[in-house]
Amino acid sequence: MSQDSNSIPAIRADRLCLTFDSNDGPVHALKDVDLTIEKGDFVSFIGPSGCGKTTLLRVIADLEHPTGGAISVNGKTPEEARLAGAYGYVFQAPALLAWRTIERNIGLPLEIMGISRAEQAERVKRTLELVGLDGFGRKFPWQLSGGMQQRASIARALAFDAELLLMDEPFGALDEIVRDHLNEQLLQLWKKTGKTICFVTHSIPEAVYLSTRIVVMSPRPGRVTDIIESDLPAERPLDIRESKRFLEIAQRVRNGLREGHSYD
Amino acid sequence: MTGFQRTIATLGGLAAAAALVIAFIGSGEAGIALLAASLVLALAGMRHHFSLWPQARVDLVASLGGMALLLSRLDGDMPTASWPLLIACWLFGWLAVEKTMAARNLPKALSSVLSLAVPVFFGAWIIFAWEVLTIGLQIPTVLLPPPSMIAVRFAESTSILWADFQQTVIKAALSGYILGCGSAFMVAILIDRVPFLQRGLLPVGNFVSALPIVGIAPIMVMWFGFDWQSKAAVVVVMTFFPMLVNTVAGLQATQAMERDLLRTYASSYFQLLIKLRLPTAAPFIFNALKINSTLALIGAIVAEFFGTPIVGLGFRISTEVGRMNVDMVWAEIVVAALAGSLSYGLLSLLERQVTFWHPSNRRKTP
Repeated sequence: MSQDSNSIPAIRADRLCLTFDSNDGPVHALKDVDLTIEKGDFVSFIGPSGCGKTTLLRVIADLEHPTGGAISVNGKTPEEARLAGAYGYVFQAPALLAWRTIERNIGLPLEIMGISRAEQAERVKRTLELVGLDGFGRKFPWQLSGGMQQRASIARALAFDAELLLMDEPFGALDEIVRDHLNEQLLQLWKKTGKTICFVTHSIPEAVYLSTRIVVMSPRPGRVTDIIESDLPAERPLDIRESKRFLEIAQRVRNGLREGHSYD
Repeated sequence: MTGFQRTIATLGGLAAAAALVIAFIGSGEAGIALLAASLVLALAGMRHHFSLWPQARVDLVASLGGMALLLSRLDGDMPTASWPLLIACWLFGWLAVEKTMAARNLPKALSSVLSLAVPVFFGAWIIFAWEVLTIGLQIPTVLLPPPSMIAVRFAESTSILWADFQQTVIKAALSGYILGCGSAFMVAILIDRVPFLQRGLLPVGNFVSALPIVGIAPIMVMWFGFDWQSKAAVVVVMTFFPMLVNTVAGLQATQAMERDLLRTYASSYFQLLIKLRLPTAAPFIFNALKINSTLALIGAIVAEFFGTPIVGLGFRISTEVGRMNVDMVWAEIVVAALAGSLSYGLLSLLERQVTFWHPSNRRKTP
């Protein structure tokens, strides 16, 4: 039984299409996307703006509905997965509720899912430690720095122990130094928890540094142009970004992005 | 001392010097006490040029002394020198406040006392100037009675005023306010849930709010009788719309990202409403509650002009004006003003408790 559930991919997309109607005619946000993400992968989606990477993440999260093709999350439809609390979503902004303390913000999904108070407190404490925010639980979001707020929002996505973590440019608004730091922490967190992570970014070094697989996308219509398996070692200090292998992979990502653009 | 404080001090000293000169020219009429007071204030102004006793309390004492003297000499035939002296007292009082507020690192307890004392001092000064001007300039009491006369009338008629307060504020305004705000809140949530109602009810609400109160009041008297019920009905009509539009706007004020967030948790409509949308709407709702607290009082008072039993703030005002008992009218105005300020203050306090997180209320060190 456990073997069965392990053999089901975390996400499988099959000729997935999504078309928005706009005043200038239909916009193909996603076109014929084929993709399989295995459990435990760290997958980055990279591409220029308008390539559909955020849209793809939102389709997985059942925040958008595909207009064609098929998609499954843990072998279920996205809606079933969402109702089952199968994933945690981290948005571009922290989106913490200003009237709740950090603790109560992290407890919000637990409250909604009807988890007992004792268990809530225990889980909140654990996730706060996981993201290095222990001692800040009683603060309000507006009393913390941007980096700490984003860490709190990651803690909130982790609090209900979903196996899948969807992250939509979570560090896009932060400065380089904070970003490096959070990248390192995220990698450790992934190793510690063994979750499947889908990570949207527009930074090549970030994608290469974090991922086991990099999905390169191109716009108009949004589609996958390349999927790169990274063979960087599991242990990745920050200075791995100067190694030859790292630069080779980055080069391949850059080429993939360029090809996508020449299609225009 | 800042340049501004120096200017006030100089002007105050000059005003006192002018009083001194006028008192001398008018010989005898002013009296020795007034001469002395003018001299003291003029010296107090000059002392700033020699940096003597710069403390604020010196200015305060000078100002209060001058005020006490003016009050003791208060009658319809005050010497001309009183007027520049009055100005000097005002300026020294201002200076004292200005210096105290500019002082840094005051103890916390003292600064919180001061934040209350300054408005009280300012209000007291207005009443003092009002008293001196109305009596000193012999202004007819029909136009503007002095505060002392209003106070005496107030003290003599507390039982009437209390009955009027109960009738108009407690029965009419408060019940109408609760009914109007409460029903508007419910309707707003209903409107938010049902788009058809939003299209249909909002324009109707808009239309009703545009009806003039002088038109509604007599109709409500015909529908609900002479007693407070008809006034409460007017208040309901007046308070309904501000609450409705503000709550509807507040419920729409959530951000798409926050709604998406709760959607990823598979939250139900009521969870979304209680955990996200109502807290977001709270600042809007409190705005409406504050606006409505004054509207309700105005509505209840004015509605009594269109038929009422022989009790109530509006009734008393309209009849006592007719009998030229202006002091009673003013006593009723005091009651209305107190009730209005009190309710507004309580609502503001409550608002700061509930929406402490809103950028406009955030404390720097929680």
